[in-house]
Amino acid sequence: MTAPAIELKGISKAFGPVQANKDISISVQPGTIHGIIGENGAGKSTLMSILYGFYKADAGEIFIKGQKTLIPDSQAAIRAGIGMVFQHFKLVENFTVLENIILGAEEGAMLNSSLGNARKELKHLAEEYGLNVDPDEVIENLSVGHQQRVEILKALYRKAEILILDEPTGVLTPAEADQLFRILDRLREEGKTIILITHKLREIMEYTDTVSVMRRGEMTATVKTAETSPEHLAELMVGRKVLLRVDKKPAEPGATVLDIKGLRVVDEAGVERVKGIDLTVRAGEIVGIAGVAGNGQSELLEVLGGFADGTGTITMNGEAIPLSGHGADGQARRAAGISHVPEDRQREGLIMEFAAWENTVFGYHHSPEIQNGLLMDNKGIYTEAEAKMQRFDVRPPDPKLAAKNFSGGNQQKIVLAREIERNPDLLLIGQPTRGVDIGAIEFIHQQVVNLRDQGKAILLVSVELEEILSLADRVVVMFDGHITGERDAAQTNEKELGLLMAGITDTSAVANGNGGNDNSTQEVPADG
Amino acid sequence: MDKMPKWADIVLIPLISLLLAAFFSALVILAIGENPIEALKLMVDGALMRSSGWGYTLYYATNFIFTGLAVSVAFHARLFNIGGEGQAMLGGLGVALCCLYVPWPHWSLAILGASVGAALFGALWALIPAYLQAKRGSHIVITTIMFNFIAAAILNYVLVELLRPVGAMDPASAKFPDATHLPSFQDMFSTEGNKMFRGAPANVTFFLALAASVFVWLLMWRTKLGYQIRAFGHSESGALYAGISPVRITVIAMLISGALAGMMSVNTTMGESERLILNSTEGAGFIGIAVALMGRNHPFGVLLAAILFGFLYQGGAELALWTSIPRELIVVIQALVILFTGALDNMVREPLEKLFIAMRRRNA
Repeated sequence: MTAPAIELKGISKAFGPVQANKDISISVQPGTIHGIIGENGAGKSTLMSILYGFYKADAGEIFIKGQKTLIPDSQAAIRAGIGMVFQHFKLVENFTVLENIILGAEEGAMLNSSLGNARKELKHLAEEYGLNVDPDEVIENLSVGHQQRVEILKALYRKAEILILDEPTGVLTPAEADQLFRILDRLREEGKTIILITHKLREIMEYTDTVSVMRRGEMTATVKTAETSPEHLAELMVGRKVLLRVDKKPAEPGATVLDIKGLRVVDEAGVERVKGIDLTVRAGEIVGIAGVAGNGQSELLEVLGGFADGTGTITMNGEAIPLSGHGADGQARRAAGISHVPEDRQREGLIMEFAAWENTVFGYHHSPEIQNGLLMDNKGIYTEAEAKMQRFDVRPPDPKLAAKNFSGGNQQKIVLAREIERNPDLLLIGQPTRGVDIGAIEFIHQQVVNLRDQGKAILLVSVELEEILSLADRVVVMFDGHITGERDAAQTNEKELGLLMAGITDTSAVANGNGGNDNSTQEVPADG
Repeated sequence: MDKMPKWADIVLIPLISLLLAAFFSALVILAIGENPIEALKLMVDGALMRSSGWGYTLYYATNFIFTGLAVSVAFHARLFNIGGEGQAMLGGLGVALCCLYVPWPHWSLAILGASVGAALFGALWALIPAYLQAKRGSHIVITTIMFNFIAAAILNYVLVELLRPVGAMDPASAKFPDATHLPSFQDMFSTEGNKMFRGAPANVTFFLALAASVFVWLLMWRTKLGYQIRAFGHSESGALYAGISPVRITVIAMLISGALAGMMSVNTTMGESERLILNSTEGAGFIGIAVALMGRNHPFGVLLAAILFGFLYQGGAELALWTSIPRELIVVIQALVILFTGALDNMVREPLEKLFIAMRRRNA
């Protein structure tokens, strides 16, 4: 039996009182794809940071190809043949591909010879692994998928034998993700070892050979992917049985609540982000907006939420609402019956330094029922917050704790409790489960469906196609500020939506069940 | 989980910082050949052991409470108002106009009128930088600093050309009418046989400062407006989401801040000099920054920090009087206090946080 490409024995790491990694041991065979899955805060990133020399483990040993190896910094990791592709790329935006690849690995003081060597090496790598990128293109002109390839090339150029990818598909279209996995397959065939960190069960099931599950800093199981199931993995991650599919009845749409006509939004830099869209949302339905991040969905939500200006007409229950100037702010929107769970709960939906109870009235601080003469009825707000946190199962149920001290899922529950219990006519909800663990996702989805069943209109924006498909009744796809298509959620699939997300409106091929279009991602713009 | 208990944050850190500042001050005093223990004794004797000492300490503290509150209110909206000095100068003008041109029947009415005048002038002086910040993005630090100079120039002009009584030599207004005389602590607390606070300038304005502290506390933590100011200060994007207008909050927070800074001159102009003079603020606007920093922008903290700085001011004056320690050294000591309590906060905080975490882990 060959020595494992990489083996960890008893790795532990604590940050203050938090035990991020507890006695973790894994062993990964060369030439395999090993998945690591776990909820947010389970300790996946910490473990990988230890492997890449960013953190020093409190205890434990690392063996590379059977050799005990110390990794005090990232240079040592590179020398040991470890390459890392981060979730947020570490590229110099205004450098060319070639310049980025030699950055930090230049030979000598003059650049020319290293550039020449790198160009040769790059050509060789491109042929060997199908990693085609124009070496002279500037990074900011590349699509996100191609930027990621540059990150992979950087690692290979440094002779990486073990490649770690942290949530690599978070910013990719489905087609781009497919291409990425084809590249990873090629790398595996060439004997490279790949560690894939993700929270997407589907990717684990489809592409990995073995998978390790982490929960609360511990490695709860390592299994052969072929011998497990998504349900089983989810249970291992959360520690209890989880409903992966949303349980919901067919929608019974009623009257039109929100009607958007010819909406255009220009951002602060003067770039038109939403280029004339028409959209309706009716009572009792969930309309999902799919699209790669940065194609105008965020701006659409911002205008609806009253914190960006737009042009066009929007009516709410038949009455026009102003899109700029007086009456176009969050207060007016709330008065019109619109509640909003914003995409970025940490920057928008919550004041992180405020206690949870203070956050439960954020945006509704003008409501008459929480005033007590000239002062705010803090006692009443606190009592109500306690009850809200109970109803929405916020953990820990301590209203005095600052918002920043809750986990992502529990922060989201605080926002949801506030917005849903206002009983709005229309709920805007952006990225409801971004950074939220599986256990909480189930709960959040159920709350949204319940609201729909009460006859409320819901506009959902998410970059997670799976989420759109399982939650929405009707799916609208946005690409480059336009709506490229609208589908019934029950009668479409990821392939078809993937094409629409890339701006290709002719989806007859995939709608009939045939394969996707390989060149489809060339025109996908970079994530904005 | 918070890294350490609240009491450590509020009490322990300032205390350690203060001890460090005292230690380094002692080194400086040693270096110029004086005895630091003697010096401390003198300061405490002069500022705290006699009622007249307290009369000075609390007089200075009154100024610092107002300017400290002013800085802290603006700071809750993440606005760095370092124009307290100019706002206080203009506040003085408001006090003077009120006292000189309105025939007050009694000091109790006069102090209310003068407070309104001071607050109004101070607030108006803060309004222009606030507007420029909110609408034009001109940085408030730059504009408020410039407005300090403009305020000084205006006051100079007004005193020399307009308010100076005919024939007077110094740039000062006429003396205020007797009806506007505010009761000093000496007036209030002395009994027949026992004169208290002899000759000290502390006066009834101190209680106005206490009331202002309570007001600021209520405003920031009990009202909708305070809620909005704090929310805006923590996150502008959050404020936009909630429909809190950044322009409105910036302007309102600065108006309140300017009004508080302006009210300081009720103490100096009406309570002490009883006429408007040049440079009656004596840098209290800037000390307010240190006071707010040390007081963690909380009214109660500001109150304690203001009394501490009052003590340093008065104790420093005593030192200069009785030893060969020059007046400038007092400024060095104050600077050390500001350095350790404000600027080097993290130097004490981080090791302390680590200590608490380690202790907690051992107990767990």
